[in-house]
Amino acid sequence: MNMRPDPTFHATAQLAMQAPVENYGFTIMLSPDGEQSDGIAVVDLNPDSSTYGQIVHQVIVPHKGDEFHHFGWNACSSALSPLTGHAFLERRYLIVPGIRSSRIYIIDVKDPLNAKIHKTIEPEELFEKTGYSRPHTIHCGPEGIYVSTLGGGGEDGTDGPPGIFIMDCETFEIIGRYEMDRGKQDKHYDFWWNLPQDYMVSSEWGLPPQFEHGVVPEDLLSNKYGHSIHFWDLRKRKNIQTIDFGENYQMALEVRPAHDPSKSYGFCGVVVDTTNLQGAIFTWWRDDEGNWQAKKTVTIDPVPADADDLPDLLKGFGAVPPLVTDIDLSLDDKYLYVACWGLGEMHQYDVSDPMNPILAGKVELGGIVAKHKHANGKGFAYGPQMVEISRDGKRVYWTNSLYSTWDDQFYPNDEGGQMVMANVGDDGGFELDKDFYVDFPKGYRSHQIRLEGGDCSTDSFCYPNV
Amino acid sequence: MTIDGNSLTALWWAVIFSGIYHGINPGMGWPLAVSAGLMEQKHWALPKALAMLALGHLLAMLAILLPFSMMTVLLQWESEIRIGAGMLVIAMGCYLLINRRHPRILARVHPSRLALWSFLAAMAHGAGLMLVPIYLGICAIGSSEAGHLAARTLMGNNIGNALVVAFVHTMTMTIAGGIIATIIYFWLGLKFLSKTWFNLDIVWAISLILVGIFGIYSTYAGH
Repeated sequence: MNMRPDPTFHATAQLAMQAPVENYGFTIMLSPDGEQSDGIAVVDLNPDSSTYGQIVHQVIVPHKGDEFHHFGWNACSSALSPLTGHAFLERRYLIVPGIRSSRIYIIDVKDPLNAKIHKTIEPEELFEKTGYSRPHTIHCGPEGIYVSTLGGGGEDGTDGPPGIFIMDCETFEIIGRYEMDRGKQDKHYDFWWNLPQDYMVSSEWGLPPQFEHGVVPEDLLSNKYGHSIHFWDLRKRKNIQTIDFGENYQMALEVRPAHDPSKSYGFCGVVVDTTNLQGAIFTWWRDDEGNWQAKKTVTIDPVPADADDLPDLLKGFGAVPPLVTDIDLSLDDKYLYVACWGLGEMHQYDVSDPMNPILAGKVELGGIVAKHKHANGKGFAYGPQMVEISRDGKRVYWTNSLYSTWDDQFYPNDEGGQMVMANVGDDGGFELDKDFYVDFPKGYRSHQIRLEGGDCSTDSFCYPNV
Repeated sequence: MTIDGNSLTALWWAVIFSGIYHGINPGMGWPLAVSAGLMEQKHWALPKALAMLALGHLLAMLAILLPFSMMTVLLQWESEIRIGAGMLVIAMGCYLLINRRHPRILARVHPSRLALWSFLAAMAHGAGLMLVPIYLGICAIGSSEAGHLAARTLMGNNIGNALVVAFVHTMTMTIAGGIIATIIYFWLGLKFLSKTWFNLDIVWAISLILVGIFGIYSTYAGH
């Protein structure tokens, strides 16, 4: 407990943008075959440091086969909520779930160069207290840390629907399930909210048998992955509205609400439209009557390709789908970054008008067929995937792996983990930084990135920009 | 008489001081008034929010003080009641000192229900209890001055005192919190929200203990 609020907590997104820049990044190290233990790589992000762009510390966990994916902070700017007044928490621990093992590690990164495991929550405790499995997205909210899960109970995680559970933000005890009334929600992926407006939005990937051993083509072509988003009364813990994008919009993944809590809109990325292989972004908003609406505001076309250049999975289609697998919104709510993992492109959309996004920049890197090289001449395995933006919006970091078994299906000949960075121009546009290229240790792939002091997919702000 | 008069004045100042103290404590809600003003993007939302917070706080004070005002009619038990109340306040302080966890119930209140939030926040933090020893001190001076009054009149007086104590306390609290909220809202900006937010948890718990000790001490000292 501090006497003053943690200096990395900010009342508004604007104030967070003006705060000192990040010195370290924390990136998932994933051993795809479980040969080695997964871990967190601490990456030096200070350009003035002699170890800039290098992995300066690794926290390798004792177990194997956890499959790290997403992770998050124990506390963020939501601690300045005038309602809960938890202002004296420290942003100190990373909550790192294994989506294959359901084990959760709490990692103390107060001193990034000596980051270490603080606590381990065994899968049995999670199963017993929540009936959920395969924990995924982390956000700090009212009553504690919220964690979404991808699976329900039972061996294959299909015994009951997946959902969200709450964890104590100081002791990391699992408190229990979040939902009082889940309505139509029967799959889960990401979630986020607007704390003052008291709503939450959640999304859908698929159930564990649909992803753990690889994408199931029959399920995809018969539109059996998730294609809805759910709106919740956050404090009543009740699903108040479900919007179905349409069954062809397969895999509604990342949910990115505007950071300014006076705004009532956000975005959701859809991996693939099964009617035409397009990738899509939906804008969702609350209308004047208080009902939620959603509209497709971005489409990204597939690129025709020779069947010989395509993996077995895609041979029949003769094209590379964009595969929109991650999106991230800058803190000023101006730029939405969209990872097109299949094409090998990172797009930057100006979403100043959220109903009319305009493509403002594009970086080409990797890709199933294109295989674009980095600006420094080196290769890039897979394509741009997990993307994270610096608080000031000037640097965009990303890594390359989607999910162990899926990487192997879409990129059967690729292997490796890379983390790169692009600098954003003053008037939009962005370019790869030649000097920033982190090659992960042999046998490791890379996934989500968290930035020291918070980033653009962590902090929830409780006060509007002025 | 003059000693009583001085004590009475001191006790009323204590009521006012406690109001200022509660008002500047962010835990009693001034950041909510700032947030309401900004979220609704209307200046009047700030005073409206302050009024709602004041209502909740006033009700919380009355919910604690009124039962004690009923008890003050039991004149022969006056010392026991004041000592018991002092011990209760000390116990609350100790509890808050040991249990540093925040009450989760507050996180379940909808952000627009400010009066309810304020009521629960005041109850959970023992804000009303902090006033009890002061209030009982005021009543004790009243009853010693008017020892010949009928029990019914005495009770009426003490209920009146409870209302005035709660009202004066809440008013000063609202003014103190309102000044901070207004300065931050109009001039300083939200950067100062985190700068002015101090962890008062321990100070608050110790305040309760000190007020409780004062209540017991003043009982033995004659008032």
